This record gives sequence, C-alpha cells and structure tokens, in this order.
Amino acid sequence: MTASSGARVDARGWGWRHAGRILPAVSELDLVVEPGERVLLLGASGAGKSTLLAGLAGVLGGDDEGDARGELLVDGRPPAEQRGRVGLVLQDPDSQVVLARVGDDVAFGCENIAVPRDETWRRVDDALDAVGLHLPRSWPTAQLSGGQKQRLALAGALAMRPGLVLLDEPTANLDPEGVVEVRDAVARVAERTGATLVVVEHRVSVWLPVVDRVVVLAAGGGVLADGAPEEVLDRQRGRLTEAGVWVPGVVPEPPVRRRASSRGPLLEAAGLAVGHRGPRGRAVASDIDLLVHDARTLAVTGPNGAGKSTLALTLAGLLAPVSGELRATAELAAGAGAVPVRWRSRELLTRVGTVFQDPEHQFLTPTVRRELAVGPEALGEPAAQVAERVDELLARLRLDHLAGANPFTLSGGEKRRLSVATVLASRPRLLVLDEPTFGQDARTWRELVALLAALVDEGRSVVAVTHDAEFVAALADEEVVLERPAVVGQAR
Amino acid sequence: MSVSVSANEAQPDRQDRPAASGSPKSQGSQGSQKSPRPSRRWRVVDIVVASVIGVACGVVFWAWGLAWEPLSNLLAFTPGLSGLLSGGWLFAGVLGGLIIRKPGAAVYTEVMAAVVSMLIGTQWGFSTLIWGVVEGLGAELVFAAFLYSSFRLHVALLAGAGAGVAVALLDTSFSSIAATALEFKVVYGISAVVSGVVLAGLLSWLAARGLARTGALSRFASGRSAEARV
Amino acid sequence: MSLLEAVETDRVVGRVNPVAKLLAALVVSVVLLLSIDWVSAGVALGLELLLLPWAGLSARQLLRRTAPLWIAAPMSVVVTVLYGRDDGAVLLQFWWITVTEGSVSLAFAIGLRILAVGIPGIVLLATTDPTDLADGLAQVLRLPSRFVLGGLAGLRLAGLFADDWRQLALARRARGVADARGPVAAARRLAGQAFALLVLSVRRGSKLATAMEAKGFGSDTERTWARPSTVGLRDAVMVVIGVLVAAAAVTAAVLAGTWEFVLA
Repeated sequence: MTASSGARVDARGWGWRHAGRILPAVSELDLVVEPGERVLLLGASGAGKSTLLAGLAGVLGGDDEGDARGELLVDGRPPAEQRGRVGLVLQDPDSQVVLARVGDDVAFGCENIAVPRDETWRRVDDALDAVGLHLPRSWPTAQLSGGQKQRLALAGALAMRPGLVLLDEPTANLDPEGVVEVRDAVARVAERTGATLVVVEHRVSVWLPVVDRVVVLAAGGGVLADGAPEEVLDRQRGRLTEAGVWVPGVVPEPPVRRRASSRGPLLEAAGLAVGHRGPRGRAVASDIDLLVHDARTLAVTGPNGAGKSTLALTLAGLLAPVSGELRATAELAAGAGAVPVRWRSRELLTRVGTVFQDPEHQFLTPTVRRELAVGPEALGEPAAQVAERVDELLARLRLDHLAGANPFTLSGGEKRRLSVATVLASRPRLLVLDEPTFGQDARTWRELVALLAALVDEGRSVVAVTHDAEFVAALADEEVVLERPAVVGQAR
Repeated sequence: MSVSVSANEAQPDRQDRPAASGSPKSQGSQGSQKSPRPSRRWRVVDIVVASVIGVACGVVFWAWGLAWEPLSNLLAFTPGLSGLLSGGWLFAGVLGGLIIRKPGAAVYTEVMAAVVSMLIGTQWGFSTLIWGVVEGLGAELVFAAFLYSSFRLHVALLAGAGAGVAVALLDTSFSSIAATALEFKVVYGISAVVSGVVLAGLLSWLAARGLARTGALSRFASGRSAEARV
Repeated sequence: MSLLEAVETDRVVGRVNPVAKLLAALVVSVVLLLSIDWVSAGVALGLELLLLPWAGLSARQLLRRTAPLWIAAPMSVVVTVLYGRDDGAVLLQFWWITVTEGSVSLAFAIGLRILAVGIPGIVLLATTDPTDLADGLAQVLRLPSRFVLGGLAGLRLAGLFADDWRQLALARRARGVADARGPVAAARRLAGQAFALLVLSVRRGSKLATAMEAKGFGSDTERTWARPSTVGLRDAVMVVIGVLVAAAAVTAAVLAGTWEFVLA
C-alpha cells in the first residue's frame, strides 16, 4: 500500500458553537499536530472532543448549523475543501455502513472523490487487507459483527488514502475481542501509511501501544495537558480519573459490602435452551442449568454470539424458552405462577426488572419524571405515593436537575442511570441487566457498581450479562460461562 | 483550571439537548438572533433522514394496507366511507415536509414510502408509486403555497387536506372506487379529505413536534425552533 | 426483511438492467390503469402468465411474493359485485346493495386488473438488487446521485427495523405496559412503539449522513462509479416486451369494444 504523507493539523483560537445551544462546544483551542504523529485525545464529557474531530473532518455543517471562530486547518487549508484527505471513524458500528456489500461499501469513498474504476477496486482490496478483513467483495454487510463493521468503516476511510485518520471512540460499543481487532487494525494502518492519527477514547491502556502523544482538552476551552503519554497520565492522573478516563494503573476500589442473608433460590433453570422465537425456533444456547439466588449477584459471561442476551431476556420472563424448564420459586413468584413468561406485564414489574443493553429502547415518555412514574402508575399506586417515589429516585441517582428533560437528550451515562432508576421504581425482587457497563466511562462504571452493590446488600438479586471482567471481579458472587453452543457450568 | 465534571454533564458533548432548559433560544441569548436564511439546497442529512422517514412510513403503509381489507369491510355499510382510511397513506409526505422543510420534501418522502410499501408487497403493485407521487404533490403544493416558510399547525392540516384531495381525485377516477355510483364517490371524496386532515395533518404535526423534543432533529431547523415555530 | 432481498437467479432476467425492468413494468401498469375492462386486463394477464417461466423465480417463491394479490383480488371482486356501478339487469337487491349484470362484469374486470397490474412489478423487482437499481437510476436515467444514493442508504437502515421493533416490544412488556386492555389501548401502544422506532431511525439516519459526508459524499465533484450500469440489447428487448404486452391488451380491448377510458 503506497504511503500517503501525513497531514498537518493547525488549530488557532478555534471555537464552535452548535446552533440552538447557548454555550460553545469548543472555544479558544490552540493545537498543532505534526504529520505522522499519533495522538490520543482525552477529556471530560463535554470538553468538545467529538466536535473537534467533526471539525477536522469537515462535517460540522454550514453557517446554519453553528458559528465558528478562529481557524482550523488541515495542511494549511480548511478541511471542507479537501474531501478525501481526512478519514473519520465513529462510534456506532451500525450507523456507518452505507451499502449492502462489503466491497461496495469500501469503494463508496473512492467513488465520491472521483477515483477511476480500476484504481478504486485496487484500493478496495488493499484497504480490506490492511484492516485484516479477509472477506469476498460480495459479502453482505448485514452479517458482519460489530468489530468487523468498525474495521469495514476504517477500510472505507483508508481507501481514500487519507493523510489524517480520525477515530471517535471506535471501540466503545464492542466486546473485548472486537476492541483488540480494531486496535490492531489501526496500528497496522498507521505503520503502513504513515498517516497522522487522532484517537478519542477512554480506554487508555488499549491504545497506549499505538500512540506517541496524549492531549487532554479542558472543559471550559483550551488544552489542559499535552505531551508524552506516561508523563501526561502521571501528572494528570487525579483529574483524568475524575473525568472518567480509564487511567492505566488505577484499579477501581471494590465497594464495601454488607451482605444480607440469602433466602434461597429465586429462579431455577434445568436443561434450559433459549432462542428468539420460543418453542418453535432455533436455540442459540442450550443445556443450561443454573440457580439465581436471593441477595446475590450472578454474572453471565461468554464470547459474542453465545446467547447471553437471549438467556438474560428469558430469565427476565420476556422470551419463552425453546425447551427445558425455567421455574420461579414461590419466593419470587409470590402467587403469580411458576412460569415467568406467562406472567402478566404488571406482575412482572414487581418481580423482575430488566435493564436493556440500549437504554433508548426503554424510554416511553417525554420527560424523565414521567418516565420514572410509568411503573408505579401501571401498578395503580396513588398519585402522592408515586410522586414521593419519583422524588426519592431522582435524588438517589442524581437526576433531579434533569427531571423535566426529554430522556433522549441525556448523555450516555445519564441514560444508563435513568434506565436503572425506572426499573427500581417498581421495587422488583430481581434485576436483570444486559451489558450494564457497555460503552461507559470509568466514572459511570464506578457509580453503577456502587449502586448495584448497595441494591444487593439491601436484599435484591442481580443477574448481569457482561463482557466486563472487572465488573465480574468487583460484584459477582457466582458466574455462569456460556460457550458456543452448550454451557459449561456455574462457578461460585 | 479544574475539570468540573458535574457541570459538564449538563452540556454533554455527544447528546443533542436543545437549549430550552431555561432560556428561550430564539431570543438570541448569544447573538444567535441572526438566523441566516435557510438554504433551499438539500444537504446529505436532509436526503438520508427524509429517506429514513419515508422508509419507516412505508412499513406503516404496508401494515395499513394489510389492515385496510378488514377495516374497509367494517365500514362497508356505506362504501364511500372507506375513504376515511386513506389518510393512513398520506402522512409520509406531510411529515417529511414538516421536518425537512425544503422544496420537494413532501413528494420525496411520500414517494419513498410508496416505493417501500410496494417493494414489501401490496396488492396495488405499481400504481402505489403513481399514487405516491400525486399524493406527495398534494401536500407539496400546500407547503409551496406558504413559500416553505410557515410550518405551523394550520399548514400541516391543510397539507393533509391537500393530499386527501389528491388521493380522492385519483381513487374516484382510476381505482376500484371508480366502479361505484356517483353518490358513493362523493362520500369517498369527503371522507378522504377528512382523513387527510386528521391522520395525515394532525398526526404528522404531533409526530414532528415529538421528534423535535427528543433532540433527534438537532441538525434541522425544525428541531431548533421547536418552541418558536411549530 | 427477506422480501426486500433479491432472489439469485441464473436466468437472463437476472442480467437485465433494473431500469429496463422498471420501465417495462411501469408501461404495462400505467396503460392498464387507464381502463377498467376485462378484455385488456385478461389479455395482459394471459401474456404475463405465459412469460412467467422466464421470470427466474421458482413456483414457491412466486406464490410467496404474489401472495398479497391472491388475497386482495377476490376481496375486491366481492366488494365490487355488491357496490359496483349498476348496469343492466338487476340480479339482487338488498338495502343499498344492488347486484347487477354490470356490477358483476365490472367486478370480474377489477379482479383481473389487480392481478395484471400487480404481477409484473412484483415479479420483476424480485430479481433486482436495490444497489443495482440505484446504480441504474443514477447512471442510465441520470437521476441526481445524491438523492439516489441517499435514498438507498435510508432504505438499508430499514433492515434494522425488525430487530428494533422486537426490542421495543420486549421493553414495553418489561415496563409493565404491555397488557392488552382493549383496542384503544393497543392502538396507543402501537403508536408509541412506532414513534420510538421513528426516533431511533432518525438518529441513526443523522449519524449515517455524517459518516457519508465524511467519505466525501454530497459535494459538487462529479463522482465515478465502481459498478458500471450498462444498457444493451437485452434491456431493449425487455422494454419492448413490456410495450408489446401493453399494446396487445389495448388493441384487444378496443377491437372487442370494451375499452373505456376511465376519465371519460
């Protein structure tokens, strides 16, 4: 692959305010990135990292979308005039796939910058090879895993032979395997092409081997710290940890526990096989035997595709088992019958609460306050009681200042807290969480672990499906490992 | 300078919370009083979101088409009343027009929706496409009459009515309704317009306003002027 | 949705330019829609059925894809028999339901027409890949590439709808609001779910638009095409077949004296 010369980035007093917002997202930024440098960009949420990357890629929009101040130049010219010189990879794997076949999707960028046909297909093959995606050109993009989709997005950017490669939290929504795949692909690319690299991530240890410079953006504007990785991380350790960055070497403190005594099992699974279409469908995982105990945390782990989410949804009474048995003991069922999937929706509310992987799937109402009230209202509780409950939860989860906001406008961490809060509103005995720490920064992680620990100490039970080894180490009392296709067993 | 994280949770980098948490945006709180005249050219985000809305509506159209058979038989004690159901196929254009606010948005979205419902499979085959174009034009003409500058409730209702008139003319001339007697055609026409106003006009306006409140439309004028205009 | 995916076929029809298929189906449909009479519809339907073996679909695929037609046609026949424009001898009278000879023959014509108009579109599009169609529309018909490709990208996002819908339904059950409590409550729930789907899709669409712009899409530079879309003899033949079917239908109806311009 022919090397493209790295691009140079110049920011002089640059600022951007999105239209419709009061405060600017970035202000007074002075930054220079030399060609070929590899920069890790850190900073608290709200410090303007994504805005900076969008500005460098030239996709912030025109005058009707915001106000720009100062200068932001790539190779001495505005980025919008140099399409194809800058490549951008974003966070959500599903929202970057443009076309239905792998080869077509990678060729898309080349077509847009008017590369001749033969040269395009040559570049497509080169790019797919550089990211390690060895698939035929006609492979359907819908059948790619998250890590593969992110590598596809990277290949699509690469095919344009950019001088500057920008990555905005590329591994946030990926499982550990996918994270390493993408990191290795980026490292390979940086080596082969000599392009300038700017990565925004909060998983610092993953990216340390790849970068040679760390820049920390300050929330109010400007650069907080800038220099060699070890140096910056050392000096700014405190601030960065505060800001939610996973600083290597800082081990999260395990929460202090005061265990309640367990009153026996809540759910029993025997020879359980789970799938999406109930008894008539195919099983994605089978032969599962487990017990969910009162006042304990059960972690369900395993590789991608092993059926963890499906198991979680089945345990939560949302999906019917394909075969085998799932029984709720009298302790949990409290008169509603032993088969969770046959419980009515309102019966489910007080027994099992489910927190979905994507909190947005759960939002029903236009304000946070009403969102919290949905559960209690469905149970028919009197208005005064509902209001009290809602206020209590708002305070406990630090959402009071957002009581009137629309749930979709919250930040990632706030949405996660809100989805947990809505589940708590109806006081269920058992909580089932699907990837609770997915894509969360260190701060939200700590809060969530502390919250769940407190809940289990109060006497509730938690089942968590997770990739996160640290989460399991901090919280889990028991672990079930799912392997493709059968389960191994339950370990205490 | 310390990193004040809690303050920044209120200004999240990635989330699009409209600044209506307190001060009214349209009253130039930071010199934003000068809102430049929105360009008439379609941006990429206009095209993609219009397509997505069209596709989503297309799926609803298809489902509505399935439900049409039993529902129209319910209303069959006066055959023209099946016109009341026709609004279910008209809201894509009005919704697209209200959100994108550019010339051609209503036609584009309605045609997209018609194509998708056709692809999934309807009994009306290709005529769905032709109907889509004319229905879209019905709404488009209303938006054009207001010079694409006003998108308030009454404009939405009128656009729905416009689409209703369009579909009434088409159906009473070319479709199986054309095979009925005159009095039924008149009933059909009136109920189609009513349906257009309620199902296509009112529902679309509510949906557009709801969407703006979720912050999903932050790149659109319709998302930013949620308080002022809509 | 599996119905949106093209059927792989070895037959010639798979290699015909999608634009030609589109034009052929369009010509037949538009012409047939100009009149409601059983001769034009019947002749067109007959010719289409004769051509079906070359469509590249197996019998099972064919039946599956044209299923809506086989449900819709009989129902429309019934409705027209009961409420159609009356003509000729009265066969049955009940309230305002009048069944006459005229309404029966009209019903017959409507039923045939539904089939004759529906089949070409469904069958021809079944073997068309959406990306190839987009290439054809932009390269052959010279429609603006921004709109064609933007539309295609939006269409692709629809593939995620089914998964989202399922998750949304499960979430509603988990939140305690999924108990059926009458049609009004069910309608409100469905509307809420549809709205949530709309929100998710619009956000995804906005993100996709940004990704496409970052790849240089939407600028004024003239783009190149990695997949050529060419027209040749095969495609001309396809269009000619469509025109011939339409012409045969019209001629037969005019000769039989049953052609009636709907607008007249």
